[in-house]
Amino acid sequence: MKGSVSGFWIFLRGVATLLVTLAGLLFATFIIGRVMPIDPVIAVVGDKASAETYAQAREEMGLDRPLWVQFGRYIEGVARGDLGQSSSSGQPVVEDIARAFPATLELSVFAIIIGICVGLPLGVYAAHRRNTWFDHTARVLSLFGYSTPVFWLGLIALLIFYAQLGWTGGPGRIGTAYRYTVQEWSGLMLVDTLRSGDWYAFRSAFSHIILPALLLGYFSLAYIARMTRNFMIEELNKEYVTMARIKGASETRVLWRHAFPNALVPVVTVIALSFGHLLEGAVLTETVFAWPGLGLYITKSLFSADMPAVLGGTLVVGICFVLLNKLTDVIYPLLDPRTRNR
Amino acid sequence: MSGAQSTMQTPNSRREARLIQFKIGLRRVVRNPSTLVGGLLVLTLLVMALIAPLIATHDPMAQILTDRLQPPSSAHWLGTDQLGRDIYSRLVYGAQPTLLIVILVIAFSAPFGLIIGMVAGYMGGWVETLLMRLTDIFMAFPRLILALALVSVLKPGLTNAVIAIAITAWPSYARLARAETLALRHADFVEAARGLGQSGRKIVMGQILPLCLSSAAIRATLDMAGIILTAAGLGFLGLGAQPPMAEWGAMIGTGRDHVFDAWWVAAAPGVAILLVSLGFNLLGDGLRDVLDPKHHD
Repeated sequence: MKGSVSGFWIFLRGVATLLVTLAGLLFATFIIGRVMPIDPVIAVVGDKASAETYAQAREEMGLDRPLWVQFGRYIEGVARGDLGQSSSSGQPVVEDIARAFPATLELSVFAIIIGICVGLPLGVYAAHRRNTWFDHTARVLSLFGYSTPVFWLGLIALLIFYAQLGWTGGPGRIGTAYRYTVQEWSGLMLVDTLRSGDWYAFRSAFSHIILPALLLGYFSLAYIARMTRNFMIEELNKEYVTMARIKGASETRVLWRHAFPNALVPVVTVIALSFGHLLEGAVLTETVFAWPGLGLYITKSLFSADMPAVLGGTLVVGICFVLLNKLTDVIYPLLDPRTRNR
Repeated sequence: MSGAQSTMQTPNSRREARLIQFKIGLRRVVRNPSTLVGGLLVLTLLVMALIAPLIATHDPMAQILTDRLQPPSSAHWLGTDQLGRDIYSRLVYGAQPTLLIVILVIAFSAPFGLIIGMVAGYMGGWVETLLMRLTDIFMAFPRLILALALVSVLKPGLTNAVIAIAITAWPSYARLARAETLALRHADFVEAARGLGQSGRKIVMGQILPLCLSSAAIRATLDMAGIILTAAGLGFLGLGAQPPMAEWGAMIGTGRDHVFDAWWVAAAPGVAILLVSLGFNLLGDGLRDVLDPKHHD
């Protein structure tokens, strides 16, 4: 009984923290929007408008109200899913983002799968064979991963694998021949091409996504492998591991059955964090690969001085970031029996 | 540690003891391959930035349009860019903005974060809750995206890139300082200082700060790699240092249009960024091994 009450409080506190963080995020984008040098009223009525028109538009936009009232309206709008009107596309920002988001999601999910599938075993075995050539190679690989500018590596990869060798597709999500033939369903190109049963379109989509996904995957695997190694070393030094070995458990069993589940809890946080970084890294990668996702949307809007679009995009990425972090807090007790009973 | 000390003579004075400590530290730093390689790479950056005019072969801004997009040769060691400027010379001069950005960002963000974290940890209560909530909010922002939004509002340029990155860089120092302060808050020497009637400000600055510095220094070194990459990313997108300034990220940005027929324009500055950020990562990793007893292998 007592346990469920405290559990409820923890849940409530979690929700409160989440709301405060989100409010902070909203406030930050709101303030950035306010300090912008472009007068939003002039953007609407033009600089030749009369003083009355200007005042009227200003009133209609609510800009004559105190700042906190404006902020309240802003929150209200966001809660209704209104992020304003994009000045370059003329569409509501939410619709633009909804169109761009699946592309980013597809890329990041593909990348994080690579990161997990390669990074986890790499980290576990590096910890197991600590200070051997395997560990050192894994370390150098990781170090290069988080020292290389992603946009540069993207350019070089395009140069080698697309322009020189012709192994992969070039910029964009799919070859031009298939661009209008694939029926949009989920917005995820790989899924949509598979669903339509067009094998060649799927191959084209795959050849386009593989390079940016491998690239982003490399960056997340670098981080995941490094952190997994650290957590595993910590676990492997504990007495229960020695105990398991004394009992005659095989090394594979010791590693994956005994030590790994305990290291998994912090590793999940790392994975969630690196997924957040993928969304961010996507900004530069998408620019290089002309990948029509959220990152490209933000940078494109930036150069056409489309502030609602930029801030809307920033907000969406920020919210994803916060939610991902929160999600790990929720998953924690599910993975770790020790935190569940507390 | 005890092994290294036993070979040393017993110090006769405080000064001598410090000297011996310094020697031990220095030997550890030099013996650690990460620190050594990283230190050398960072040193190269420093030297390059300082003596750029001496080692550059050409004026980094001088355009010779008839020599545009020349491949590497004896006249132009790393080739020329689309305006016929010597890439090697631009690369050498590019060390200056890179170093400047890193130093400025750390100089703004580290002290600010440290103070916030120490005050939060020392005061506790609602002050701590408020300050750490604030830290969390800034931590929740993806760094590059916030920098993008800020720079777009403040106008692109080196100064604004620094401001934007600094705003996103301080929270990690605040967290670190708070954790250290929490551990020290009830330590005997802090209680003693309090018993002697020292003010909170004096205790934080005099007793707690010195003990936070080594972990903050490690954090800062590792951070510098990230700062360089973010700054280069902004430069690449055209939101950092503005032309004609020779900045590595911006150089890759202009090289991008010619990458298929003149790869050297984008390749060289990319390698420079890679090496420098690798240097800071290696140095930070190594320093952590040397300075932080918890990470001793």
